[in-house]
Amino acid sequence: MSKMGVTASQTVGPFLSIAMRSEGQEYLVPKNSKNAIKIHGIVYDGEGTPVPDAVIEIWQANINGKYDHPEDNSDNELIKGFSGFGRSCTNNEGQFFFVTQKPGRVNGRGNSLQAPHLAVNILARGMLKQQVTRIYFSDEVQSNAEDPVLNQIDDELERKTLIANFNPNGGLIDEYEFHIYLQGENETIFFDV
Amino acid sequence: MTEPESYSRESKKDHPPAFYRDYKSTTFRHPKNRAIKIDHTVTEVTGPLFSSVKLEPGEGDLSIENGKEAQGQRIFVSGRVLDEGGRPVPNTLIEIWQCNAAGRYLHPNDQHPAPLDPNFVGRGRMISNEKGEYKFTTIKPGAYPWGNHFNAWRPAHIHFSLFGPAFVTRLVTQMYFPEDPLFAFDPIFNSIPSESARKRMISEFDLDTTEPDFALSFKFDFVLRGRQATPFENGA
Repeated sequence: MSKMGVTASQTVGPFLSIAMRSEGQEYLVPKNSKNAIKIHGIVYDGEGTPVPDAVIEIWQANINGKYDHPEDNSDNELIKGFSGFGRSCTNNEGQFFFVTQKPGRVNGRGNSLQAPHLAVNILARGMLKQQVTRIYFSDEVQSNAEDPVLNQIDDELERKTLIANFNPNGGLIDEYEFHIYLQGENETIFFDV
Repeated sequence: MTEPESYSRESKKDHPPAFYRDYKSTTFRHPKNRAIKIDHTVTEVTGPLFSSVKLEPGEGDLSIENGKEAQGQRIFVSGRVLDEGGRPVPNTLIEIWQCNAAGRYLHPNDQHPAPLDPNFVGRGRMISNEKGEYKFTTIKPGAYPWGNHFNAWRPAHIHFSLFGPAFVTRLVTQMYFPEDPLFAFDPIFNSIPSESARKRMISEFDLDTTEPDFALSFKFDFVLRGRQATPFENGA
């Protein structure tokens, strides 16, 4: 059977916020809910300048390690109202954030288990196609060490570009910092999926 | 445990490179390291389904704002969302944005000295139906100048954002109009290596779906990534 040609990607351009900015889309859970965490960071270009016209999208399992999708065939439990999708348009300082819950572990290929992670799309003017990365968590040392995707990366500094740093934040919401470097010496690891 | 069913891999001919010299803004916004290829896990073969999203009436009609008609040539843009095997992609969120008929976006950073239209925002949403079909009503966007190089103009286009069934089927693209004289000069359009893939971004004028005395019509089908091993349909 011959395949149809796919539709090509084009940049979101500078005016993506017309369609992509809307109230509350950074909140996968309410800020004051049990187990809520905040993930925040800045998108930088290759000159170290924050990128004010990017959109970051996340896709994740819930705290039980279950995706709200029919192809997740695990026995982990869904949580009503938790879709697992979030979107954050960067502000003039290149900042983005999400309020969510830390995902549980989900299956990897074979009999492996993945460490808690978020799948991330980055789109911006000057990017003809989205870049894909993952956010892992610095306080998941043991599961990170077992993660088959992280273990494809030998270089310790490169691995670190995928790990959000925990900041206990004095008893308020737990915060994780995750900067995205599109280019340069701290360049984030991106994935070919 | 059953393994997730992988999606096809993308061809470098069908998609633009991260760095395309003629599109200047890619210079400092492309990674220099090679992307690390990963196998598809449950993370990649699942994705947001937006089953709880309820669209307001009129979100698919950009030609009217607060009951008032936008300026410009009223058009329909319709078609289907398909996968590479030709199967419809139903119930998937489609978001669009565009400039007005004069070539001006409703955005503070758009300083092109063309008029804004008080009756045009340029944002729309729709969810494909069971057959993968969608239909927007809008006005034909104008061409506009941009700062990429001397006398640079973008061909008229509508921005589209689609999700499909999985994280890896995400697509953001631009739909163009037939026979635009600006194609030859536009680095964004020409960043796609394959000529046939470039042509697939151009909509078709379709007289059959115009509405007499009301609107012209352009057809455009989206083709999202499909599964790696496409199973044969019954009787195919």
